[in-house]
Amino acid sequence: MTPPALAFTGLSKTFGGQQALRAVDFAVAPGEVHGLLGQNGSGKSTLIKILAGFHAPDPGGALTIAGQDVPLPLPPGGVRPFGVAFVHQHLGLIPPVTVLENLLLTRLSGRGGIARPWAINWAREQSAARRLFERYRLDIDPQVPLSRLSSVERALVAIVRAVEEIAAGHARIGHGVLVLDEPTPFLPRTDVDRLFTLVRRVVAGGASVIFVSHDIDEVLEITDRATVLLDGRVAGVLTTADATRDSVVRMIVGRQLIAGPSQSAATGSDRAEVTIENLAGGQVSQVSVALRRGEVVGLTGLLGSGYEQVPYLVYGALRARSGTLLLGTERTELPALTPAAAIKAGLVLIPGDRPVAGGVGGLPIVDNVTLPALASRFRPLLLRRGAMLAASRGLGDRFGVVPNRPMLPLSSLSGGNQQKVILAKWLQLSPKLILLDEPTQGVDVGARQTVYQAIRDAAAAGACVLCASSDAEQLAAICDRVVVLGHGRIAAELTSPGLSKHAITECCYRLAA
Amino acid sequence: MTPTAAAETAAGKATQKHEPRFIDLAERYGLIAALILLVIVFSVLRPETFFTWSNLSTILGSQAVLVVVTLGLIVPLTANDFDVSIAYVMTLSAMMVALLNGQDGWPIGLAVLAALAMGIVVGAVNAFFITVFRIHSLIVTLGTGTFLHGLTLYVSDSMTISGISDWLMNWVIVDRLLGIPLEFYYALLLCILVWYVFEYTAIGRQMLFVGRGREVARLSGINTDRVRRGCLVVSSFMGALAGVLYAGTQGAADPVSGVSYLLPAFAAAFLGSTSITPGRFNAWGSALAVYFLVVGITGLVFMGGSSFVQDMFYGGALVLAVTLSQLVRGREEQQF
Repeated sequence: MTPPALAFTGLSKTFGGQQALRAVDFAVAPGEVHGLLGQNGSGKSTLIKILAGFHAPDPGGALTIAGQDVPLPLPPGGVRPFGVAFVHQHLGLIPPVTVLENLLLTRLSGRGGIARPWAINWAREQSAARRLFERYRLDIDPQVPLSRLSSVERALVAIVRAVEEIAAGHARIGHGVLVLDEPTPFLPRTDVDRLFTLVRRVVAGGASVIFVSHDIDEVLEITDRATVLLDGRVAGVLTTADATRDSVVRMIVGRQLIAGPSQSAATGSDRAEVTIENLAGGQVSQVSVALRRGEVVGLTGLLGSGYEQVPYLVYGALRARSGTLLLGTERTELPALTPAAAIKAGLVLIPGDRPVAGGVGGLPIVDNVTLPALASRFRPLLLRRGAMLAASRGLGDRFGVVPNRPMLPLSSLSGGNQQKVILAKWLQLSPKLILLDEPTQGVDVGARQTVYQAIRDAAAAGACVLCASSDAEQLAAICDRVVVLGHGRIAAELTSPGLSKHAITECCYRLAA
Repeated sequence: MTPTAAAETAAGKATQKHEPRFIDLAERYGLIAALILLVIVFSVLRPETFFTWSNLSTILGSQAVLVVVTLGLIVPLTANDFDVSIAYVMTLSAMMVALLNGQDGWPIGLAVLAALAMGIVVGAVNAFFITVFRIHSLIVTLGTGTFLHGLTLYVSDSMTISGISDWLMNWVIVDRLLGIPLEFYYALLLCILVWYVFEYTAIGRQMLFVGRGREVARLSGINTDRVRRGCLVVSSFMGALAGVLYAGTQGAADPVSGVSYLLPAFAAAFLGSTSITPGRFNAWGSALAVYFLVVGITGLVFMGGSSFVQDMFYGGALVLAVTLSQLVRGREEQQF
């Protein structure tokens, strides 16, 4: 029997006490397309990162490639000489330069990747690229800048480049393994077909493909077998031909119900306090949501559904193409909205990318926390600095910031405490609508409860909350209602009772069709 | 290590850092100590020439121009924009005063106003290209600065123009208060103004956030483009103001010498950001840094160094100052 093209046995990985992978066995047969499935946090990306050499696994695991033992941990990129190449979601291509230069990029950076690197024979490289594209029957001119290519053509170039890398003589053993890490979430259906055609040609050449995806239909269509991870363990290995959509969803979600339905904080009134109508922009269109006073509404979906853009579009941080916002009786056209106007109207946005968009780590807590209130509360032409310090200390007490020392730089706090500062920065304005994006990203488990409590308190005080998150458990814990997006549109709405982590995850996957 | 654990370690370090107050104080006031030390060293080595009231008051007065340029520079630097055209604005401004007043016989007040207006126009042009077309400020101001340099050479026919009204010279360098030329006090007033705006106004805080976290600022409702435009106009205006003082100091304007103010101003701005309010561009630190650098140069010249010492000293100081400021910020990435 031929050995598997790639096999992990007993692979474990612990992050600070949290087990991301527990004794996972994962084997890919030669010439097969093997799917890797699982929800966020199931361990999928940890496994891929161990293979790419970004994480060192716990001792005890083993990796063989075409029957040959490969020592773990791998250095970054150390798996390349064994004939394993990656295409990540971000493709690793540079738009302004030509397709040909992009093709040569990885070879130019590696030793011996290119003949005579001090005198590149462009004519020869170009005809080699043309032959390569012909071989895979792609109609792409290597001389045009990559930026002129459509998204799917770029993905195809990235895949061909990766296959070339495998074929370029590095694969001393076996036929190589191509890892496709979420290559499709932003592609329309017809383009996915083109991509799959290429994948089939690659496999026909003898190589194996690991296909990481959220999309069950795509996995069922392209793979021969698939491994499903759940909470760091292998939930099952399926033969795709025998699997149904339902059986896969069940395996991804698991059976146990984690969290019960949350208590509704929304009060009797059925009148909508905030209404978003026909919002379009970025990847989303025709999104309409109505929130009652004190209601917490979640927004979720799979990667590529566009749900995470909604808070930014409503806040005016991303330009909307169309849509209106009704706040009480006040009507705002969203395409004309700026963050300043949004704040004035009673909106706040707590962004997901804290170090870039939430606060400035190098500046003191007091400056970060008072920023949006400077003009209104602290006398803009002669700042009342004593009052600013007192306000910062008071907010620190209210939100449980530890240590509560306003002059410390924000970055000296832990992730959870930084998030409390950002919450304090915005909630002090007593907003009418709170927009959240991944409110507990990079927040430790203990501080999460404080964050949830702060959101619930704000809602209880009468604010409407719209929270985008990929974390189903979190949504189940804080939301009265969850809106699920698929392909940029609202596809389902889940209300309590019956709002559980299980139900939300299942809904996301069922909608991916 | 998880990000949380890393952040907690950093928190621990920060807490420790606050215990020895001495280090904090040394960082804040080290530059003052270094300046005093430098004055003492040169005074001991050259008591008959260096440590004289006339020399010290000359340094305080004549370098006021450089202080004004540096103060102008830290305004856009705080918002993370460079203005390398500032020295060329200064030269053109001085030249305009000389040409309009000295040659064409305009009243001095009018000539000064025209020069200041030119500064505002140049700042607006810089701001237009930087914020509308999203071109890096370094590139835009390098271009406009070089253009202005050419323009200065053209309008002056590459000659030094003299004949500026005594009135301006009296008000700038001739008249003294406590033995120090008046222009020193102008720079001092400007220093107080910039310090006040940076420390005690909402706009100062907004500039700081625009510079250190543009996305944070934008999402906090700050019109980042407007803040940047304002900063660029202010820096050009202060460049023009420095030019007026320069014309008053020299009584004439030459088309090239102002250019040599650019590098010292940058060196002083970065060196200044390591003291008084470490980690931020600040007015008092900048002024101190100017005098620190100038005392260093003057001392070296008195010790027998030739003029090339100046370029070597300022060039070296710039790189050292930027390195120091980076260390003070804890190697937080600066987006140049």
